[in-house]
Amino acid sequence: MWNLTLRAKEISGCGIAGIIHKKGELIPGEMILKAICCQYERGNGLGAGFAAYGIYPDLADYYALHVMAQNRQALEKVEEFLQKNTYLNYQEPIPTKRVKTIKNPPLFKRYFVKPKLEEEEAEFCNLTAEDDRMVQLVMEINEKIEGAYVISSGKNMGVFKGVGFPDEIAEFFRIDEYKAFIWTAHNRFPTNTPGWWGGAHPFTILDWSIVHNGEISSYGTNRRYLELFGYKCTLLTDTEVVAYILDLLIRKHGLPLELACKAMAPPFWIEIDEMPEEERELYTALRILYGGAVLNGPFAILFAYNGGLVGLNDRVKLRPLVAASKGDLYFMASEEAAIRAICPDPEKIWAPKAGEPVIIEMEEGVIPNQKSYLKPRPVEVREDALRIGYIPPSLFSGK
Amino acid sequence: MGTPQFASFYPDFYIERLWEKCIKCRRCVKECSYGAHIWDEKKKTLLEDHTKCVGCHRCEAMCPTKAIIIRRHPSEFREHALWTPWFIKNIYKQADQGGVLLTSTGCALPFKNYFDHLVLDACQVTNPPIDPLREPMELRTYIGPKPEALEIEEVNGKFRLKKKLPPLIKLEVPIMFAAMSYGAISLHVHQGLARAARDLGTLYNTGEGGLHASLYEYGSNTIVQCASGRFGLHVDYLKAGVAIEIKIGQGAKPGIGGHLPGEKVTEEISKTRMIPVGSDALSPAPHHDIYSIEDLRGLIYALKEATEYKKLVFVKIAAVHNVAAIASGIVRAGADAVVIDGLKGGTGAAPTMFRDYIGIPIELAISAVDKRLREEGIRHRTSIIASGGIRSSADVVKAIALGADAVYIGTAALIAVGCTMCQRCYTGKCPWGIATNNPELIKRLPPEVAYEKIYNLVKAWAHEIKEMLGAMGINSIESLKGNRDKLRAVGLTKEEMEILEVKHAGE
Repeated sequence: MWNLTLRAKEISGCGIAGIIHKKGELIPGEMILKAICCQYERGNGLGAGFAAYGIYPDLADYYALHVMAQNRQALEKVEEFLQKNTYLNYQEPIPTKRVKTIKNPPLFKRYFVKPKLEEEEAEFCNLTAEDDRMVQLVMEINEKIEGAYVISSGKNMGVFKGVGFPDEIAEFFRIDEYKAFIWTAHNRFPTNTPGWWGGAHPFTILDWSIVHNGEISSYGTNRRYLELFGYKCTLLTDTEVVAYILDLLIRKHGLPLELACKAMAPPFWIEIDEMPEEERELYTALRILYGGAVLNGPFAILFAYNGGLVGLNDRVKLRPLVAASKGDLYFMASEEAAIRAICPDPEKIWAPKAGEPVIIEMEEGVIPNQKSYLKPRPVEVREDALRIGYIPPSLFSGK
Repeated sequence: MGTPQFASFYPDFYIERLWEKCIKCRRCVKECSYGAHIWDEKKKTLLEDHTKCVGCHRCEAMCPTKAIIIRRHPSEFREHALWTPWFIKNIYKQADQGGVLLTSTGCALPFKNYFDHLVLDACQVTNPPIDPLREPMELRTYIGPKPEALEIEEVNGKFRLKKKLPPLIKLEVPIMFAAMSYGAISLHVHQGLARAARDLGTLYNTGEGGLHASLYEYGSNTIVQCASGRFGLHVDYLKAGVAIEIKIGQGAKPGIGGHLPGEKVTEEISKTRMIPVGSDALSPAPHHDIYSIEDLRGLIYALKEATEYKKLVFVKIAAVHNVAAIASGIVRAGADAVVIDGLKGGTGAAPTMFRDYIGIPIELAISAVDKRLREEGIRHRTSIIASGGIRSSADVVKAIALGADAVYIGTAALIAVGCTMCQRCYTGKCPWGIATNNPELIKRLPPEVAYEKIYNLVKAWAHEIKEMLGAMGINSIESLKGNRDKLRAVGLTKEEMEILEVKHAGE
């Protein structure tokens, strides 16, 4: 039996892999499978998963909800909830195959929806309001509908994950039948609470997906920081926290990707103190404001979105991460062997430095709803009547 | 025969002189500012007046032949679980004098000390501990108001701040020195604190007694205090530091103002405080311009206006039952940081009943305030400074894990300069030269010694904090802030754990 309840934050070691095609050409599922299976020893059969981008081109304007449910009743509740809160375009069971070693899997279904908005929000018809609403809805399902979890909710992408070795999970979800312009994969080695399908990676929010090898020792601090902004950490894993931090820093606070990475794995004060003035001010402010977003502890993460793949290590590089490229294909993985298994002769192969993100974005305009986070975007700060830190503009020395 | 003074019949301490070691050098007579050692000129011998001994151990420490031992007085009352000698003697004192019982330091009762029921985490296998001897380990902390988000712009391919941050205070170690006024403690201790704060990259707090002219040079490491008595307060003083602390209350005596007995008001003190020599400096219980939260806002902005918005304004309150709501009001009133002083917070002079029975433990208060500010979505915008009963670096770590940004230490810093916790600061006769202004006594603690001891203490604590952070697998103090995962309770009730938001060990 499997269950959807967890008692404590779980801890795991892992193997990760990711591939992106810069021109948006589709990569067959076998390729990522080969890379992750090469890192077999990094998992123990208690969790594996895949994120695939570009798999629903015909429904690319709809949020694709991959829902995992313990039973029919839970699914019905989800459907009732979606009927009420979304415009449902299409739904179907996620195709699966029976696998000998996978006993009693949960039910999987996908729904292609757009959230219903309040009149006022709808008037502006902006994507931000839609995204915000979608985040709320996902949080609500995960928190309130017992036995059901939304495992991915982005457009034109989806997550397939469960308890098993990567090859078993791939077979179960028929990964070889999908083609994607970005793939990430995960092979899990949990050290407690095994048998938890929701605990497998990737973790997602909207089209952010994360695979993660590590343990985030600052989990308690991060979770509390995120709660201030209305995120509810229901899955009790540190990876979930990473997904929400990205959403907050990049989507909501408009930080460029590079700075968001630097907020999560910041340079040391001794380095900041040596920077030229403008840069020093920037990084000092970044650390002061986003101390709650610092991911402390060993980690190597890959995260993807509709338009890019990013690899990031913790600030002292306590977990392995290798990157490579050949032509328009870029690879990232825990081990060089995983990359060489699918690309024996890369043009470039390197080990990214501690805290230095590897950001690979696709060329402009090659996929639908393409996103780019390289530039800063205007901040939407919630307005409050507070005068915390108020200084009359005439006396404020900051520009 | 006058009225008998019952209290004097039963001394607290007993001075034991080892005659085989004593060389009658009379050092003890010189050292004891309370007159417990007496030289009998006629008989050429030393006598003791046990009733005068406060248990400060100065004579014992200074005796060149180690011929003195200070013991609890062996004389005993018949045992009674309710009427212990403490209550009996207190009643004698009040029956003799008809006054309020006075004392010093913080709550002396054995209320549950929550710090002692919390244990810390460390890494094993699944994540590696970090070694601060080999890897950077960061304690830097910024105090003050923070905007909700950063505004970034790109200029010539480089990111920079669109709008700079308002002024914030940088601490290289999250330990500051609590408000102790010049007057309550000697100028030498103040000089030591100021210098140590500068060299450690932290702040000390002037307390309510104004700022001695010699200390203006330490301005960038100074918090000046504005308390209900407004002693020593003028615009140059307000502008002297980097922050102004409005003292509403303190943990040792919530609900009443500061006390500086006239005995301690010497010529120099009188100048700094701007009051006559020898007069009691009794601050009113409330600020008479703050009868409500909106009045507090008025004072906060009056101080900000007076200092051209260049200084941060802290508001310090005693941890009382409703501390969370009050703290939230303070943040909303515009304070840049809220200081909470718990039940165990010390003082130079307080009524015993206040010291021992009023207020709540700081651990519970930190957690409650942190929780409240989080619930209101404003915790990340402000800073919480906690104080009252922080005795070790582990207490600092626990306070931060419970949600504080930084702590104040007061008593610990005084113990570092030799205080033996005799709890008689209010007499002004401190034989260790700490809580006194007697020109002869203060010589016993030169400013250089005070500086060195205080500096060493905080340096050692900082090192220990780094070691503990490293063991937990984090290399920067901000990842400890409010991180209850790093704490487990041992021997606390469910209710206590709920308030502290910690799990029990084993969970």
